[in-house]
Amino acid sequence: MASTAITADTAAVFHLEEEHAHAEGGSTMLGFWLYLMSDCLIFAMLFAAFGVLGGNYAAGPAPKDLFDLGLVAVNTTMLLLSSITYGFAMLTMDKGRVGATQGWLAVTMLFGLAFLSIELSEFAHMIHEGATPQRSAFLSSFFTLVGTHGLHVTFGIVWMVTLMVQVARHGLIEANRRRLMCLSMFWHFLDVVWIGVFTFVYLMGTLR
Amino acid sequence: MPETLTKFIFGRLTLESLPLHEPIVVGTFIVVALGGLALLGAVTYFKLWGYLWREWFTSVDHKKIGVMYMVLGLVMLLRGFSDAIMMRLQQAIAFNGSEGYLNAHHYDQIFTAHGVIMIFFVAMPFVTGLMNFVVPLQIGARDVSFPFLNNFSFWMTVGGAILVMASLFVGEFARTGWLAYPPLSGINYSPDVGVDYYIWALQVAGVGTTLSGINLICTIIKMRAPGMTMMRMPVFTWTSLCTNVLIVASFPVLTAVLTLLALDRYVGTNFFTNDFGGNPMMYVNLIWIWGHPEVYILILPLFGVFSEVTSTFSGKRLFGYTSMVYATVVITILSYLVWLHHFFTMGSGASVNSFFGITTMIISIPTGAKMFNWLFTMYRGRIRFELPMMWTVAFMLTFVVGGMTGVLLAVPPADFVLHNSLFLIAHFHNVIIGGVLFGLFAGIAYWWPKAFGFRLDPFWGKVSFWCWVLGFWFAFMPLYILGLMGVTRRMRVFDDPSLQIWFVIAAFGAVLIACGIAAFLVQIFVSIRKRAELVDVTGDPWDGRTLEWSTSSPPPAYNFAFTPIIRDNDAWWDMKKAGYRRPLSGFKPIHMPKNTGTGVILAVFSVALGFGLIWYMWWLAALSFVSLIATAIGHTFNYHRDFDIPAAEVAQTEEARTALLVAEGARA
Repeated sequence: MASTAITADTAAVFHLEEEHAHAEGGSTMLGFWLYLMSDCLIFAMLFAAFGVLGGNYAAGPAPKDLFDLGLVAVNTTMLLLSSITYGFAMLTMDKGRVGATQGWLAVTMLFGLAFLSIELSEFAHMIHEGATPQRSAFLSSFFTLVGTHGLHVTFGIVWMVTLMVQVARHGLIEANRRRLMCLSMFWHFLDVVWIGVFTFVYLMGTLR
Repeated sequence: MPETLTKFIFGRLTLESLPLHEPIVVGTFIVVALGGLALLGAVTYFKLWGYLWREWFTSVDHKKIGVMYMVLGLVMLLRGFSDAIMMRLQQAIAFNGSEGYLNAHHYDQIFTAHGVIMIFFVAMPFVTGLMNFVVPLQIGARDVSFPFLNNFSFWMTVGGAILVMASLFVGEFARTGWLAYPPLSGINYSPDVGVDYYIWALQVAGVGTTLSGINLICTIIKMRAPGMTMMRMPVFTWTSLCTNVLIVASFPVLTAVLTLLALDRYVGTNFFTNDFGGNPMMYVNLIWIWGHPEVYILILPLFGVFSEVTSTFSGKRLFGYTSMVYATVVITILSYLVWLHHFFTMGSGASVNSFFGITTMIISIPTGAKMFNWLFTMYRGRIRFELPMMWTVAFMLTFVVGGMTGVLLAVPPADFVLHNSLFLIAHFHNVIIGGVLFGLFAGIAYWWPKAFGFRLDPFWGKVSFWCWVLGFWFAFMPLYILGLMGVTRRMRVFDDPSLQIWFVIAAFGAVLIACGIAAFLVQIFVSIRKRAELVDVTGDPWDGRTLEWSTSSPPPAYNFAFTPIIRDNDAWWDMKKAGYRRPLSGFKPIHMPKNTGTGVILAVFSVALGFGLIWYMWWLAALSFVSLIATAIGHTFNYHRDFDIPAAEVAQTEEARTALLVAEGARA
């Protein structure tokens, strides 16, 4: 390689004649993936904290006394369904159908809101019972892990509303499709994290 | 009623929070305030606000953002060094019953602030600034992947720095040491605002650092010029890539652990408390899982600088390019497997300690390989001892000693004796000053002509060099000796008068370093005055090898009129050897991102949010949080973020350069 370079090939080409435009938003997906992985690390830390502290009840309530697996199952269903409906939104987006996309986004948002309402009522119930985040290290790590996930869902819903306004204004233009794709990755990512929460916190907690 | 109202508005901020009883702080405040007023006055008098706002603060140009990072690092270096020399003076005189001149309350803040500032607000901005400036130029790109995010990241870093500086005059800073271990940093033992300043300053700056890491990874992966395969990337770009991978894979850990500490302090949770099942050692583990990669975040880019400098000033291709790349990658991975060596004394048992001791020693292998690569690059080269090369040689001599004491500390039984002693302090200053700082000075001297179009004055550079190098050895060798004698870190007064001489020598070293910093500032000042003499119109003052030297100095906004095609890993060297001619016609319009003030505004709201949280001004925190979200959402409604530089303007810029080159009689 180097030897061919050094022979004085006068015809050597050193630059592009045409403007070399990097496709607009060409790095966005990679960048968003990297952001998601950094977020994933935050969750990893919260899982680790729960792993270390999850058994430290400090003579307070344990998962068996607190978790209502039936309610959590309903809640999980809400979030899983919202992932499916987001998938439908993306399918209709690919077909360029603005109305259907908006409709599916709205359905997704409703499922998300249902998830949040159930989670908040669960929290309220626990706090009412005296199982506050201050009561024990187990509860501190429980509320922080599940609450951080809930905050992410809240943020996702705010984002979804924003995008629905932007799609309504500009239609499914390239920039909006890219943004919907990012939110899609974010939303499914939260689903995956929730599977972890459901398994490690609720199911294994009840077995503990 | 008015009392509750005052409490609502000001939270726990009262007049007593201002450190008016500390004459040193009041004096500092007066000097800083006068200096600040003079600066603001001068900017106003010369009507520079508009220029600064349009051309710099709102700029999304990676070169300007890089320069601003360097300015931030330099300003904060002065603050961090003031802390250092105050500690040296205190320790040199606090003998024979003397209390020195700093009370414990103040002294403890100083050593905490020194560590926090030097790592987060000196080394990080310097390193990020260098990567920001150089990487896009080295890979033949016109900007980074996300130019707006780059500007935002910078201002968040500034926001963190502002919060730390505010703590000097409003309230106090943490008195916990730079990593704020609980339970000392918990609300029971640190009820004041110090730790809160620490937490929110680092959180605000941490957002910027993480985003800038994502940005530079994307830039390096996606924006390389055609032909530049991964194994043709300049070594500095490689080390930058690894550094940014480390940033993205470690700063979220810091964010998470500081959030947990904040919850303990604000909400009353029990993560790191001693009761209700909390576990303080979990904090120490988590923060070092961030903290150890952090030291490689600081040093890896400088390994890249030394590689560029050594091969340029030896006039040779870098020896062992491939092994250099692999060594960097191996260090990147290993840096995650050694965190426990920071607390062998935790009591985790012989097996765990052995594992982490051995992984730590293994890191010296790739680092040693790098050292030999540099030596073999110099071997039989035509070495030019310009300033960057001098710093590189000083680095090799100094850093090796730091590396060896590091391996010594990696032996758990030895660490049990030396843990938290001045030996440790000497070791990490040895690698951070001898590695990071010397590398930064090499990098600054090397790329300054690229950034500004004229070289730095060599005389004052040499004065600075000798003061720094000798000052370092005088300041830290005594600490090795004291550490071996069992003196622990963070002491304010001493009983044993026989130790004093070593502290006096160390203080003398600190004075030499002060001269080195002063000489560096003089060097910049003199160079600007003599810029006509020191001018370089070729854009390639050192006979460089990588792409950044192919464009003009300073480079135009678009960096390259045409996107280069890369055929070899010393791309510019290859172009020069193969008879490259600068294209003089056929220019096309160039697509570029527009400037925006949103980054500044978001950072202002973040600082306000942090300040509100620190002082329990809940209304301020809520208001700035809502404004922050609203501004961020508002920004996404702007779809027109780019513009085209017309072909005529590109042609004009390039013709101006051609005229300069012809006038200089250089190759056009």
